[in-house]
Amino acid sequence: MKQNRIKTRYLVNFAALIVLFAVVVGMGMLGGNTMKLKIAPSVWQCSYLIIMAASLNLVLGFLGQLSLGHCGFMAVGAYAAALISLAFQRAGFYTEKAGAAFFLVLLISIAAAGVSAALLGLLVGIPALRLKGDYLAIITLGFGMIIVNVINNLPFCGQQGLSQGSASSALYASGLGFSNDEKMQYLWVAGLAVILCMTCMFMFVRSKYGRAIRAIRDNEIAASASGINVSYYKVLTFTISAFFAGITGALYACCNAALATSSFSFTNGSILNSVFIVVMVVVGGMGSLTGSVIAAVVLFLLNYTIKNGAWVSALPAFLQNVFTYPMLVYSIALIIVIMFRPRGIMGSREFALCDIPQWPGRIKAYFTSRAAGKAARKEGKSHG
Amino acid sequence: MAEVKTPVLETKHLGISFGGLHAVQDFNIQMNAGELVGLIGPNGAGKTTVFNLLTGVYVPTEGTVLLNGVPLNGKKTHQFVEAGIARTFQNIRLFNDMTVIENVKVACTKDMHYSLLDATFRTPKFWKAEKEVTDRAMELLEICGLADKADILSSSLPYGQQRKLEIARALATNMKVLLLDEPAAGMNPTETAELLSCINTIRDRFGVAILLIEHDMSLVMNVCERIQVIDYGLTIASGLPEEIANNPRVIAAYLGE
Ligand SMILES: Nc1ncnc2c1ncn2[C@@H]1O[C@H](COP(=O)(O)OP(=O)(O)O)[C@@H](O)[C@H]1O
Ligand SMILES: [Mg+2]
Repeated sequence: MKQNRIKTRYLVNFAALIVLFAVVVGMGMLGGNTMKLKIAPSVWQCSYLIIMAASLNLVLGFLGQLSLGHCGFMAVGAYAAALISLAFQRAGFYTEKAGAAFFLVLLISIAAAGVSAALLGLLVGIPALRLKGDYLAIITLGFGMIIVNVINNLPFCGQQGLSQGSASSALYASGLGFSNDEKMQYLWVAGLAVILCMTCMFMFVRSKYGRAIRAIRDNEIAASASGINVSYYKVLTFTISAFFAGITGALYACCNAALATSSFSFTNGSILNSVFIVVMVVVGGMGSLTGSVIAAVVLFLLNYTIKNGAWVSALPAFLQNVFTYPMLVYSIALIIVIMFRPRGIMGSREFALCDIPQWPGRIKAYFTSRAAGKAARKEGKSHG
Repeated sequence: MAEVKTPVLETKHLGISFGGLHAVQDFNIQMNAGELVGLIGPNGAGKTTVFNLLTGVYVPTEGTVLLNGVPLNGKKTHQFVEAGIARTFQNIRLFNDMTVIENVKVACTKDMHYSLLDATFRTPKFWKAEKEVTDRAMELLEICGLADKADILSSSLPYGQQRKLEIARALATNMKVLLLDEPAAGMNPTETAELLSCINTIRDRFGVAILLIEHDMSLVMNVCERIQVIDYGLTIASGLPEEIANNPRVIAAYLGE
């Protein structure tokens, strides 16, 4: 029946994901040291970017509210995880990054990161979500900036661990931060985190909660006239989204030996930037969680290859110059996507491997409808 | 002694002003279960504003709305719906990026009591609630003649069916009072006839009180048991259809003095 078909779709996707993950990990393990240096950090980065994009999609794509401070929640999660793991380490609960004790600390840190970010999300969401559109964007933008400064000025977030110091220097070589070997060894933690978080988000979206928030996105007045408590669902979604952003913070803390607030700030030129996460959601498709996953991975790879890629130096000279300004490349990529797929790569569909046989037909239909649209516009012009 | 029945819906001196404009003043109505009352008046008379007052979209500057004798002052729109007042919109407001059946299911959300954990772990409670809602939504779509369109996007429905979907969605809230704002607007005679039978089915089957705003006079005169007429926010007449049809003030309001 229908239910069974959905189950197969999920299972096929899931199996493919496991295979992909196994291949990547296998490459890292067998490919020697240089390969390991490339693969391990990349998988960790991908894992937090994926969860960041998907969790923002809950607010941006499903609830339809523009939030520009998502990295603020990640920062809170990162610092919460770092501080807690450090506290355990100082208390002598674990000495080396292995064994059951360390693993327990890892779990506690990740949970604490999620919960602290969620609490903050609740606190920020209750007043902020009374506003809409541009105003909400400005408030959340402000939040993202403020939180970084707050953390910067907290006495216990600095160099000297829980006592003193400035936050923009190394926080805790002795805390969670993994070496390259450990990153490789704990790669499954990153993979598992992605799978669990994505599953939870899917379950949320495919339930009365998901229906309610999509209804709010489509028409707020009609949603409340259908008995939806709009403010409750808005704050709930915002809080859940912040929870997952907090978890990505913990992942970030794991794969970086040093923690600095500047990595989460708005002016951060790297791919980890609240605005860039918005771009991922838009490119992937607002309202498509799998779209967010695809966009996060694609944009990560683009960013990675521009920075480290051999293919850039193979390009003609003038193009090489363009690629020295990665932001320019992203803008062009974004414009191209928006031109051809105004609703993102996936729109509001979910990606399913089972659908691939239907792709040629869909692509054909896409171009015929585009051509028809163009012809209709021309027709309209010549009449007007 | 005759038993005094509390009306399902009652308003007392309901009114609202926007700045200096008295959009609705001293609006009083009493409706019993199963009654179909028409609310008519020229454009801009304040009919839609009355609906907005009855659903908590606007906060009245005076007066109260009572449902089964319980005042609803200070409640929010979704609480009006929980109490049992549902409505449709004059300018259609569907959830455009959702399927037809999802549009109906949204309105069942308030009666679904599973938690976030139930949803995450897909407990039997979750499946049971979802199945019940799917069945219920299909049943309502059946009544409104949309069962075969359940899985298409609501925005791709033709206009007349979009209006019917709005009604199905309102029904899904399990209301005691149904407010229909110009449901036949823009419909052709066949669609209007279908709508009429749909409204009658609803009243017979659910025993709800229906308040109907409509411009199509023949429709109003045909189906409504009572009619209330407003003009410039004031009630100028109320009574049986034939009384209204012959009321000089109503005729003057419609023809313009
Ligand atoms: N939110 C509002 N602010 C100001 N004026 C309003 C508002 N809502 C309605 N009105 C005014 O109230 C009057 C009645 O409008 P309405 O109830 O929509 O009339 P109709 O009987 O055609 O449905 C109109 O003059 C309209 O301009
Ligand atoms: Mg109106």
